[in-house]
Amino acid sequence: MNIRRFNWHIWAGFLLSIIAFVSYGLFFVNFPITRDVPWANLILFMIATSLLFVGIRRAFAPDRSRLAKVGSSLLAVLGVLLFGSFIFMTFVFARWLPASEGAPRVGNRAPEFTLSDPNGKPVSLAELLSTPINVTSTGKPRGVLLIFYRGYW
Amino acid sequence: MAISVDSPEINRDMLAKAGYTFTFLSDPDAEVIRRYDLLHAGAGASGQDISRPAEFLLDANGVVRWVNLTENYWVRARPEQVLEAAKLVK
Repeated sequence: MNIRRFNWHIWAGFLLSIIAFVSYGLFFVNFPITRDVPWANLILFMIATSLLFVGIRRAFAPDRSRLAKVGSSLLAVLGVLLFGSFIFMTFVFARWLPASEGAPRVGNRAPEFTLSDPNGKPVSLAELLSTPINVTSTGKPRGVLLIFYRGYW
Repeated sequence: MAISVDSPEINRDMLAKAGYTFTFLSDPDAEVIRRYDLLHAGAGASGQDISRPAEFLLDANGVVRWVNLTENYWVRARPEQVLEAAKLVK
């Protein structure tokens, strides 16, 4: 292959689209600053799209083969599809959550429950509210932070 | 403390791996998740019923003093938000 004619823009654009897509869940979601608004991924996608655009223009130069045109178009379409999927995933799908109108509100008493801890021992909310958190602390806890997770670790 | 639909065994492995030391309870039939109206039906990886992410701060009497029901499941309460809320239960 003639290195001068290698269309690196299209390949770099495609590769960067993949990186921009997977790096949110694998990396950027760990930091609130890049998680709450995925600006880092959007910047990566914009650079990727620019590279794809330049790559397409180069592939459609008169001296390029039909294979270059078809291949480049395919990579560009895949790159744009990844961008679209990312937008859908973070801005639309992630917001499809139940209304939870019956969830306890500020001022309500939290419904009592008893569930198994990792050792299979039943633990109740009443116990958590009355048992000192460790051997060094004395008296009742000031409160309890109750976190519900999606699970499937 | 935390609740999810995972089994005690899965939670034990996960806690050991992550190094968490807080209480982690299992609600495999999503019974308590339903009681709190947090069920996200069919949202598990294979269509299981799971919980939506949610955080509640209760005072010593079990009364809710702060709630965070996120609008986007990627976005959870930041540590500093929780610490700020903790001032409510002095």
